[in-house]
Amino acid sequence: MTLLSVQDLRVSFPRPSGGRVEVVRGLSFDLGRERLGIVGESGSGKSMTGRALMGLIAPPGRVTAQRMQFDGIDLTTLSEKDYRALRGARMSMVLQDPKFSLNPVIRIGDQIAEALEFHTSLSAAARRAKVRDALEAVRIDDPDRVARLFPHEVSGGMGQRVMIAMMVVLEPDLMIADEPTSALDVSVREQVLSIMDDLVRRRGMGLMLISHDLNMVARWCDRILVMFNGEVVEEIGPGALHAATHPYTRGLIASLPRLDEDRSELPVLDRAALARVGQEARP
Amino acid sequence: MIRVDDLTVRYGPSTVLHNVGFAVAQGESFALVGESGSGKSTILKALSGQVDDWSGQMTVGGQPVTRSRSRAQAAQVQMVFQDPYGSLHPRRTVDDALSEPLAIHGLPDRDARVLAMLDAVGLARRFRFRLPHQLSGGQRQRVAIARALMLSPKVLLLDEPTSALDVSVQAEILNLLKRLRAEQGLTFLLVTHDLPVVSFLCDRLAVLRAGRVVETADVAALRGRALTSDYGRELLARSEGMA
Repeated sequence: MTLLSVQDLRVSFPRPSGGRVEVVRGLSFDLGRERLGIVGESGSGKSMTGRALMGLIAPPGRVTAQRMQFDGIDLTTLSEKDYRALRGARMSMVLQDPKFSLNPVIRIGDQIAEALEFHTSLSAAARRAKVRDALEAVRIDDPDRVARLFPHEVSGGMGQRVMIAMMVVLEPDLMIADEPTSALDVSVREQVLSIMDDLVRRRGMGLMLISHDLNMVARWCDRILVMFNGEVVEEIGPGALHAATHPYTRGLIASLPRLDEDRSELPVLDRAALARVGQEARP
Repeated sequence: MIRVDDLTVRYGPSTVLHNVGFAVAQGESFALVGESGSGKSTILKALSGQVDDWSGQMTVGGQPVTRSRSRAQAAQVQMVFQDPYGSLHPRRTVDDALSEPLAIHGLPDRDARVLAMLDAVGLARRFRFRLPHQLSGGQRQRVAIARALMLSPKVLLLDEPTSALDVSVQAEILNLLKRLRAEQGLTFLLVTHDLPVVSFLCDRLAVLRAGRVVETADVAALRGRALTSDYGRELLARSEGMA
């Protein structure tokens, strides 16, 4: 079943010199209740894609699409009020850094409860119970204690789990995770990913995992879209990373050091050549 | 070149390094690996004189590290940090950043030295009077490396120098570091959590956990996945899991 259907998504911003620069150029994809990875480097447009879907691109930024449908709802014509009802409740976003994304002066439990307050008419006691369930779902052992803490009193890994708890407390259908593990230690990364994975499987959510880490995404996602310069240059099926054919994808894979490294120099992307390939491909 | 014996560091009531010891030969590249909180960055801080409460012995180039350092000692050991955004002054140009160490140490020919260094780290000369926000992350890290090399140090302390960079840019910076080390006979002490980076750039490594060295090994052991300590093997497994 298709949860999200996007056709020819474009995001542009004005240039100081006049005219507009397109940062996402004609993106099309369908997402079911599956894990879709979006991979690219800084400036590839991957985060802008996530923001556009959440309706979070403010003027003078401009979003256009031939089709942008979420569970039958047309997002291109949705009013801000209707978007607000959707955001947090049915589609939600996990950001990179818990240090900057949590409010430093509100207790964790209250921050998670805020979404419940906004979207539901539950009693305070019922909200507290939901908050406890959400914290338990992200494997926090003593949810009642953690709910009373402030964000600076928890570690980075726990902060990120709190963010995920905040996003899943209303059981959304779609979760967009933008670099959810980049600010975390390797040991905690696995844990956070497996929590998200578990939520996708148990609750049947669709997950869009946005990351620069090709290997991690290849391991966790059913499908991968590789973005370069605002366009999808390649779609990779499960376990087919090594069969990637586009020069950009191959260049990325080659430039990663390996554990049994014996190359004296790492190959570097030839950006000029890639830009030429891109221009020739465009009509 | 670097010798650390029985180094213990305390921050208030908590001890963050317990009797750490290792030695790095002249021209060698040595890695300290471990998770956040294992104390690996604290070792770099101690070696560069930024920690007050420590005991044990540390020598760099045969000279003991003391609580106050002479200019000559400071010039010998330079540092490159993880975040090129945070480590450059936002309102000083590239030229300012590179000239300042020369001014402090009273060295002549600033103009020629700055230009030569830009060439050495592969930055075009037209970037000389740019501000940090006008540079990409990779270019900024090149500036940070250039600044560290301005005083012709013998030792570079590298604290996660490529973790904040895109993979293709990481490859460029790693190549640069490897080339500079060969050209200038530098000794590297690299802090990282990324084992493949160690395989590429280093000769030996020490594995740290909770402020203690649990294993010191040759990089061949890392490449052959033959670390012997439990924790070293755990790190290996995790690294492979992510790959």
